[in-house]
Amino acid sequence: MAHDTRRLAELAGHDAFIQRHNGPRAEDIARMLETLGVDGVDSLIEQTVPAAIRLDRELDLDPPKSEAEALDYLKRLARQNKVHKTYIGQGYYNTHLPAVIQRNVLENPGWYTAYTPYQPEIAQGRLEGLLNFQQTVMDLTGMELANASLLDEATAAAEGMALCKRANKKAKSNAFFVADDVLPQTLDVVRTRAYYFGFELIVAPAAELADHDVFGALLQYPGQSGEIHDLAPLLAAAKAKGIMTCVAADLMSLVLLTEPGALGADIVVGNTQRFGVPMGFGGPHAAYFATTDKLKRSIPGRIIGVSRDARGNQALRMAMQTREQHIRREKATSNICTAQALLANIAGFYAVYHGAEGLRTIATRIHRLTTILAEALARKGIALAHDSWFDTLRLTGVDAGKIHGRAMTHEVNLRYFADGDVGVSLDETTTAHDLDVLFDVLMGEEHGFSVTALDEAVAEGGISGIPAACRRESDFLTHPNFRRYRSETEMLRYLKRLENKDLSLTHAMIPLGSCTMKLNATSEMVPITWPEFANIHPFAPKDQTAGYLQMIDELAAFLVEITGYEHISMQPNSGAQGEYAGLVAIRRYQAAQGQGHRDVCLIPSSAHGTNPASAAMAHMKVVVVECDADGNIDLADLRAKAEQHGDVLSAIMLTYPSTHGVFEEGVREACEIVHQHGGQVYIDGANMNAQVGLARPGDFGGDVSHLNLHKTFCIPHGGGGPGMGPIGVKAHLAPYVSNHVVTPLPGVEADCGAVSAAAFGSASILPISWAYIKMMGARGLRQATELAILNANYIAKRLGEHYPVLYRGRNGTVAHECIIDIRPLKEASGISEEDIAKRLMDYGFHAPTMSFPVPGTLMVEPTESESLYEIDRFCDAMISIRDEIARVESGEWPADNNPLVQAPHTQADLMDGHWERPYSRELGAFPSEAVKAGKYWPAVNRVDNVHGDRHLICTCPSINEYRD
Amino acid sequence: MSNIPANLRYTDSHEWVLDNGDGTVTLGITDHAQQALGDVVFVELPEVGRGLDAGEEFGVIESVKAASDLYAPLAGEVIEANEALEDAPETVNESPYEDGWIAKLKLADAGALEGLLDAEAYAKLADAE
Repeated sequence: MAHDTRRLAELAGHDAFIQRHNGPRAEDIARMLETLGVDGVDSLIEQTVPAAIRLDRELDLDPPKSEAEALDYLKRLARQNKVHKTYIGQGYYNTHLPAVIQRNVLENPGWYTAYTPYQPEIAQGRLEGLLNFQQTVMDLTGMELANASLLDEATAAAEGMALCKRANKKAKSNAFFVADDVLPQTLDVVRTRAYYFGFELIVAPAAELADHDVFGALLQYPGQSGEIHDLAPLLAAAKAKGIMTCVAADLMSLVLLTEPGALGADIVVGNTQRFGVPMGFGGPHAAYFATTDKLKRSIPGRIIGVSRDARGNQALRMAMQTREQHIRREKATSNICTAQALLANIAGFYAVYHGAEGLRTIATRIHRLTTILAEALARKGIALAHDSWFDTLRLTGVDAGKIHGRAMTHEVNLRYFADGDVGVSLDETTTAHDLDVLFDVLMGEEHGFSVTALDEAVAEGGISGIPAACRRESDFLTHPNFRRYRSETEMLRYLKRLENKDLSLTHAMIPLGSCTMKLNATSEMVPITWPEFANIHPFAPKDQTAGYLQMIDELAAFLVEITGYEHISMQPNSGAQGEYAGLVAIRRYQAAQGQGHRDVCLIPSSAHGTNPASAAMAHMKVVVVECDADGNIDLADLRAKAEQHGDVLSAIMLTYPSTHGVFEEGVREACEIVHQHGGQVYIDGANMNAQVGLARPGDFGGDVSHLNLHKTFCIPHGGGGPGMGPIGVKAHLAPYVSNHVVTPLPGVEADCGAVSAAAFGSASILPISWAYIKMMGARGLRQATELAILNANYIAKRLGEHYPVLYRGRNGTVAHECIIDIRPLKEASGISEEDIAKRLMDYGFHAPTMSFPVPGTLMVEPTESESLYEIDRFCDAMISIRDEIARVESGEWPADNNPLVQAPHTQADLMDGHWERPYSRELGAFPSEAVKAGKYWPAVNRVDNVHGDRHLICTCPSINEYRD
Repeated sequence: MSNIPANLRYTDSHEWVLDNGDGTVTLGITDHAQQALGDVVFVELPEVGRGLDAGEEFGVIESVKAASDLYAPLAGEVIEANEALEDAPETVNESPYEDGWIAKLKLADAGALEGLLDAEAYAKLADAE
């Protein structure tokens, strides 16, 4: 071999990650271009992306770093965070994530790369995990129904307020009561929402609830400084006055406290973070939302229900999808889409692993330690603000300065109230030794107490901080799932068994259009469980979070360069929340300009349903702009509607490239029309993966966009969350983005309320996006976009010979996704897009997006991460399915008995002695060579949606079912 | 082809109205509407005693693929709701004009019935969709 003359700079492999992330090899690219008849990637991009919006330079980002270099750099940033012993509380607590769950779920791509379980046959594992979560919440809260998580406690409380208004039709009042000991960040978010819903907020002591004429009320249980109210008389008085009640309850405390459901609460919400999910500087964690049975049809978010499959076997699915925003649009119960599935699964597994017995030990330990501390303080003559507690004490009349000094010495974080009081919240991780240190911090080293002696006194003396009337008497977690998996071996196998039921990116490409299921690289995921990122309280002092703040600043600077905006607000926890935050920023800006009356939001008919749902939440009137026959915004209609609503036009929400997967030529003009009429332009960033490095929304007319970091920037979908939806804004909107009441942000107006509980949303997953950009650099990111477009066009070309492809741009190209029209086939053969989706499972694939944005179609998005091998495998499957449809069309197979309508095929089908089908078992279950080489089995047959929605069951199935 | 009885009146939002001849009407959704919705899984019924304006939303009907609002065809007071639908929402699919009725109203103005579509006009509207 010839001597290699490459220099070290090249051999060092700084850019080695680019070809790890991007799937196609050089020879793949050449073959795809040849198939398309295009002479180069540049020509394809020129044909696809309108010249008028194309960025004429490379993005100005640092050169790429290798995986090792990026992790090394990030580790140095992480070390600037200080992990002090934290007793701040306020809704966030230290927790022990059981290692078996950490390694097999949180750090396992089999769990974190799956998508929202819209295809239940290939998602039974996480559906069962989420059902465990719902059961845990229902049992602990004493409610009849719980959803499968919301984004955080504060937004859950805001959803609770909205549900009270929707459901309490008899109440004439437009006011909502919030107890004055609700968590400050919850009040902040509820205030923002209430303002745009047009509700008056009354903040007063909980005891005064029944004195007010309100439609609903929010109470905290225990209160934010630790006090436990006896809810029974409060809730009874509210009920007597026709007030609906929402209780924000700490899940761990409910192990020992009377469950709010037994006391008459209509809604119970809270955080499940302390069930094994690290604090992560604010998130992600799963909030819970539980209601009475009466409210089941109005519950926001996703709910897992029990149904049956085509063989009559039990099967799980997401229930009542029709209330979601993609169907109900501005009339939806909420704009919530992404939730916190991965974190809900973890919290559910935490409950499964510990069971009722384990949780009682943990909660009792927390309470014991707190009571010992209270006893010592009492003996020392230090006053407490209240004489009831679960895990939190508020010391009053103390020298906070002195305590603070000693706390700093011992690297201990406490909560310091504005009035000089000091708060202490204990948790699962607190030990007797920690308590010794706390004694020193709170009372000085000469206190003379021994934890062991006090423990004796408290245990023997029956001393408790929980009032007798508030002690829990009912059982919980009695279902076998919470008893069977208490040894690590059983737990390990349970987790693996569930994982194996689900199809994730570890099996095959997930070609979901609009979802951008790209690689979630392992090295991007590694930092999120580093203690320096995981174990930081969102309200920790700033000097302990310097590493986080720098990482967030750097990520914001990357995103500014990528989008062409001038400021990034990192607060929104999902795309939908980003939309809401962006529209609220527009409304605040317009109000400040004396234009607060502008309230019309133009939305193209092709928009995703979250757009109108978010606009409705921002109190805007939705006016629909029509699309032309090619699926583009009808500019004449836009002009007419902008003119018609000129004086009251607030904004337009458009998606680019459009939801139809096309780079619309007229986008710049559309933005100009809206600007001319005094409106602002919101560009939905869901399809940003087609633009990075090629075009910037901030350049072609956008005033604000959200970025789905869980799509374009590699945060995994987690089986239905977490997500992050930061917004980029132009300078004029920057003062009006979300602030935060506990940790105020620089440059944002003080009265701009929060949209989520933590200042930086789900901060602990931001290193994923940071690492992606850092390792790709400008060239890598541009190539990723180009290859996403190349892959999509290659698929459109190959499948276009067998199925009609809807909506192409000029020159017949598509953007990063393409829509395959199944309607003519359905007309001819009776085979539907759903049959094809289910049949793809037999070929080992997840279906493309069904019936969005056009009913009766499939939308395919390959992303840049898929290789030609995998894309060809998918195309071959689709083409083979087309041949199968032809055999139905020709009458060879009956319309009601063929491999499509019988799909997916399970092991139960193969074992069935009665195979009365006109095709072989082999064709049913092993339709391709690839599948013969390695088969993924759907766990159940086709799930019966109708049965599930008519007979709504959202609890773990009864013991009898297990005996079958 | 959907069934459109000649003795009923209709709205362009696909409700049917039966004149009971005593100042009250029975209403439901049309055969065309139930076909378009597919398998109905839930009907949110109006509260008895509630006063409705013409065109006011009074409930929701849900299938596995859609959720549609129900609109009051005429002004009046709800005097009865079909509680059988709570346990058997599929009745709306099986018998849209009889057992699948949704509510009965006492009309504010019996004459307003004349303003609704007749079978012929509704057939045209349903055809056009």
